[in-house]
Amino acid sequence: MRLELRGITKTFGTLVANDRIDLTVEPGEIHALLGENGAGKSTLMNVLYGLLQADEGQILLGGQEQHFKGPGDAMRAGIGMVHQHFMLIPVFTVAENLMLGNEPTRGPVLDLASARRRVLEISARFGFQIDPDARIEDLPVGVQQRVEIIKALSRDARVLVFDEPTAVLTPQETDELMSIMRQLRDAGTAIVFITHKLREVREVADRITVIRLGQVVGEASPTATNAELATLMVGREVDLVVDKAPAAPGADTLVLDRLTIADPLGHLVVNDLSLTVRAGEIVGIAGVQGNGQTELAEAILGLVRPLSGRILLSGEDVTKSPPRRVLDAGVGFIPEDRTEDGLIKSFTIAENLMLDRSNGAPFVRFGSIRQAELARFAAEKVEEFDVRTPSPSEQVGRLSGGNQQKVVVARELSRDLKVLVASQPTRGVDVGSIEFIHKQIVAARDAGVAVLVVSTELEEIQALSDRIAVMYHGRIVGVVPGDTPRERLGLMMAGEAVAA
Amino acid sequence: MSAVPPVIDAGQPSRMNAALQRILNGNWLVGIVAVVLSILVGSVLIAVTDSGVQAAAGYFFARPLDTIAAIWESIAGAYAAFFRGGIFDYRAATFAEGIESFAESLHRSTPLIIAALGIGLTFRAGLFNIGGRGQILFGAAFGGWIAFGTDLPYVIHPIVAVLVGAVAGAFLGAVAGALKAFTGAHEVIVTIMLNFIALNLLVWALNPGGPLRGQGSSPLTPPPPESSLFPFLFPGYSVTAGFLLAIALTAGVWWLLERSSLGFKLRAVGENPAAARTAGIDTKAITIIAMALSGALVGIAGVELALGETRRPFGSSIDNGVGFEAITVALLGRSRAWGMLAAGILFGIFRAGAVQMRIAGYSDDIVTVVQALIVLFLAAPPLIRELWGVRPDGRRKAAKA
Amino acid sequence: MSTDLVNPMTTSIQRVRLVSWKAPIGYAVIAALSLLLFVGLASDGVATFVLTEADAAIQLAPVDVGARAFGTIVAVLLVLLTGVAFVLATRRRPVPVWLTLVFGLLFVVGFLTWAAGAATQTNTLQVAGLLAGTFGVAVPLIYGSLAGVIGERAGVVNIAIEGQLLFGAFGAALVATMTGSPWAGLVAAAVAGVLVAFVLAAFSIRYFVDQIITGVVLNLLVAGLTSFFYSALMTGNPDQFNDPRLAQFSRFPIPGLSEIPLLGPMFFEQTLIGYLAIVAVLVTWFALYRTKWGLRLRSVGEHPTAADTVGINVNRTRFWNVALGGAIAGIGGASYTIGTGVAFGENMTGGAGYIALAAVIFGQWDPLKAALAALLFGFTSNLGSQLSLIGSPVPSVFMLMLPYVVTVLAVAGLVGRSRPPAADGQPYIKS
Repeated sequence: MRLELRGITKTFGTLVANDRIDLTVEPGEIHALLGENGAGKSTLMNVLYGLLQADEGQILLGGQEQHFKGPGDAMRAGIGMVHQHFMLIPVFTVAENLMLGNEPTRGPVLDLASARRRVLEISARFGFQIDPDARIEDLPVGVQQRVEIIKALSRDARVLVFDEPTAVLTPQETDELMSIMRQLRDAGTAIVFITHKLREVREVADRITVIRLGQVVGEASPTATNAELATLMVGREVDLVVDKAPAAPGADTLVLDRLTIADPLGHLVVNDLSLTVRAGEIVGIAGVQGNGQTELAEAILGLVRPLSGRILLSGEDVTKSPPRRVLDAGVGFIPEDRTEDGLIKSFTIAENLMLDRSNGAPFVRFGSIRQAELARFAAEKVEEFDVRTPSPSEQVGRLSGGNQQKVVVARELSRDLKVLVASQPTRGVDVGSIEFIHKQIVAARDAGVAVLVVSTELEEIQALSDRIAVMYHGRIVGVVPGDTPRERLGLMMAGEAVAA
Repeated sequence: MSAVPPVIDAGQPSRMNAALQRILNGNWLVGIVAVVLSILVGSVLIAVTDSGVQAAAGYFFARPLDTIAAIWESIAGAYAAFFRGGIFDYRAATFAEGIESFAESLHRSTPLIIAALGIGLTFRAGLFNIGGRGQILFGAAFGGWIAFGTDLPYVIHPIVAVLVGAVAGAFLGAVAGALKAFTGAHEVIVTIMLNFIALNLLVWALNPGGPLRGQGSSPLTPPPPESSLFPFLFPGYSVTAGFLLAIALTAGVWWLLERSSLGFKLRAVGENPAAARTAGIDTKAITIIAMALSGALVGIAGVELALGETRRPFGSSIDNGVGFEAITVALLGRSRAWGMLAAGILFGIFRAGAVQMRIAGYSDDIVTVVQALIVLFLAAPPLIRELWGVRPDGRRKAAKA
Repeated sequence: MSTDLVNPMTTSIQRVRLVSWKAPIGYAVIAALSLLLFVGLASDGVATFVLTEADAAIQLAPVDVGARAFGTIVAVLLVLLTGVAFVLATRRRPVPVWLTLVFGLLFVVGFLTWAAGAATQTNTLQVAGLLAGTFGVAVPLIYGSLAGVIGERAGVVNIAIEGQLLFGAFGAALVATMTGSPWAGLVAAAVAGVLVAFVLAAFSIRYFVDQIITGVVLNLLVAGLTSFFYSALMTGNPDQFNDPRLAQFSRFPIPGLSEIPLLGPMFFEQTLIGYLAIVAVLVTWFALYRTKWGLRLRSVGEHPTAADTVGINVNRTRFWNVALGGAIAGIGGASYTIGTGVAFGENMTGGAGYIALAAVIFGQWDPLKAALAALLFGFTSNLGSQLSLIGSPVPSVFMLMLPYVVTVLAVAGLVGRSRPPAADGQPYIKS
């Protein structure tokens, strides 16, 4: 069935998320929708799926104009979606998730047997092995995604939207997903593939539409080069190469010694991991999201207590220290999710800048906050870190993502550091701010700070790191030089130990 | 909702529209509309249950004016009594006597203000202390125990009672805080349960032979001695030194919340506990401290109820609904120290006015209804906006149709 | 593709079992308490348990037990079970539910023996009467807990159960008296509960007002409204507005079943409202897990966005289920007035709604377990009054306190594992 979007416009307050977007997807075609984070891809798909209503524009399916009031309408019309954050209920079984919203019943009672049969039937078509009675929360991420696909197919979707489906997958799982997508295409399904990863687009797409800042900026064929696509996507040449001198590493500053961490369910998310970061070098931790990087970073700060192993800071054991002591010992911490863990949106920039120094000097005297001192400091940092804001007393929530992140970086780098742990330091940040933040991190290294960068963006790891440690299933599968080729890193991210 | 970063500015909304938004978002108009609407509902209730109105309504079609007159009479009578009791008694011989009503209102507002300060403090820390009743009972019990159990000089006696009551309330608050911090038990559930545990403990202590039981046949404490009572501020007026204490505590809570390092951490934990924890703030300690401070303030309100307001032997109903009413005061005051002082005085007027309404033959429970309605309307500015003809998402109703 | 690759689909992250010492420690505390009470503070008296009521068709002989000897046996058994729990914990295995049930039952029996043995008035405990009264006390709690379970499973915390019970009791008394029909009263009670629920649902679902604040304020509002109408309307004209004696449901024992010793008088000599409670629990329990309604209800409480993406209208589902809960709680309130023929009184529910809330949590958001918790709380409060009658060494207030203490321990995770629905209490706001 042919999908046609005509002139879709969607605004949120003053933000125009989609600006007169046209898009056509033919049956038996994989149409990639390429764009940066925040370009408006997900908004467009939410409009298509009935989760949002467009302000203007038309949706046509097989030539018929559609009016979706909710996802139910879209589903009935034959649109299926594999969501970036899986829309599965963790405590339900596979079969229960499959039938939710479209329940087979006998009288008022659910017909579980027929739902089970449906799971097995569709699984068999693609060679999946899925237990219909397994609870979602007990399944690995890759399998959960397959349940999402089965769920869409069980409703006879003829247009299937994949929203950033590879973010949580290893390169191998990604390859398998690509072959599933081709299989679906060959069976006549129209596929929309939303992504910001150039390599995947060129590998699988039949046609490519690029959007930027809510507008379609061009179409491209899969034969286009990476550079051409990237230029379309960001509007100018991407230059993720950071100018930096060779590292001059000093003493072992951060030492992780046989660290093991369990999550609340007992999964060993970090398993017997050892790693050393020296003063004046940047060690990057590469890996697919969800392989223990988050927990590792949180353990260094003292937010998570390891099951066993030691964390040494310049020789001092801080394994069981609370965050306060770790911060005081000279650790800077840029959390991977700034709005969740890094900032308090309703606080001002100034208040956020003193967040990790709320106990004593320089901002607190006799239990009282020194307003004048804080204001002076905030004005200075806003200037130094190029935070674009009308005033340091502006609420942080009103700043753009890049400027918010600069506030976090400014706060962490304004203390005397021995170690900087930076998780996803530029996630959701505009290109200009990325360059700025990267330069600050390199400057910290040159000043003798031991830097640990955790990122799921391989480009970022490659641009910043002096050494790269690849993490897989809670272990470090190898530590390699910063200029290791991408293909090699990809294999390691899939769990292949490096032949030293 | 606010997840959308304001990267692109697609022109300002029209000036008229923005002004409307600002007025409707502003607290003061919402507050006034809430109060007016609530009083309107209260008036309807008074009118329909009034026997004179019911009688006149029986021959409404014959003489409709009678019904309207009866309605006016019942409502005007009720609110006149309310005014005489809560603000100024215009029937009194002198101004000094007339203003006794307002002094009484200040007197009755004292425990509300102090308890609301405690509950508002937890709101700011992202916590919800519904344990006001239990903490008041604990404060009153232990403060009372100091009053009739020890022999201390004037001035010192109530001060010691206040301190001991504060500690007792703080203990109960800290239990909820500690359970929240260390086991994740929801403080709402725990404080509700602690209310009943405290109530049963007090009932037990007031049983014959119990540690707080007085001489009489009813389950009441012994009378507190004169030395332990809160002194009156002016001869002939009921307002006591407790009201000065309430103002001092308001100032203290203002400094704590808006100016101190502890308050900064408390607000940080309230707004975003994960970020506070990542910034090295000990969220568990802050949770316990906030609940303990809150319990201490509410406990002081309990002492005030026993030794400032009641001044006589008291039983297990000493809290007199203050524990829950203080929640509404804290909400009305938007958890800002001076806002809670003002809201407390307003509700003090309600409490004093209700007494006069009862004397005048009206049911004083209507005051509780009006208070609850005010908070309901206040809690939902979108509701008021909707009554105004604007949809919850800020668009005019007409725009969609 | 090279074959030496680890296949990420088949291997998953290593997992260890984490040890929880909560259960064994809880056991140990109770076992120590039993040793102290049943052995250390035991009396030499003989406790007599009367198992059938005087007019029952089947008569069982009263059971006599020596308080000290029997108490010692129970205490030793409890200590042994505690040992078992510790052994299980060191082997990283969870303590099974049935073990806790056995442990609890043993403790209750031991406690009754000790309390009756040491009583000052009489050493005879009317077990039959105790059980028969339990269900009556528990009926409003059961309805209230069902309302709570349905609301919270849909993602709306219902603190207003208290208000719904109270308004139900009021509405039932008023309408039943005015019409002379208990059936009209029952409908009025349900409507009254629904009205309170509508306000709760509208504020929390449409206006995103904090559900706890709405619930607390609603309880105040209902208390004020009912007290106002009570004094403005009912006290002047009781026979016109507030005399449910003439329009109450009477008890009808079920022939045969009501003759079963102990359980018969407990469950099968009820009014219609009592039987309806049993039916409601069983139906809700089945429907929650086995019907389309239940699946959708649970989905909006666990992951509303996911439910939305499969075409379920989250807020509508929540709204009507909160309303359904209100109707159920309202009927529970009717048991206070037209269920027993008692006139409505100010605040006559006396905090039962909060105990029902406690039962929801202690019952882990499951209709059956919550009803059992409500029964347990009904039992303890009934036991409190029995114990004060026989002159027991335990003041009755401590028995009345038990539901609250147990709930505090439950939410603290010391008793049972409480995991609320994932989206419980969170409004669903579409971006």
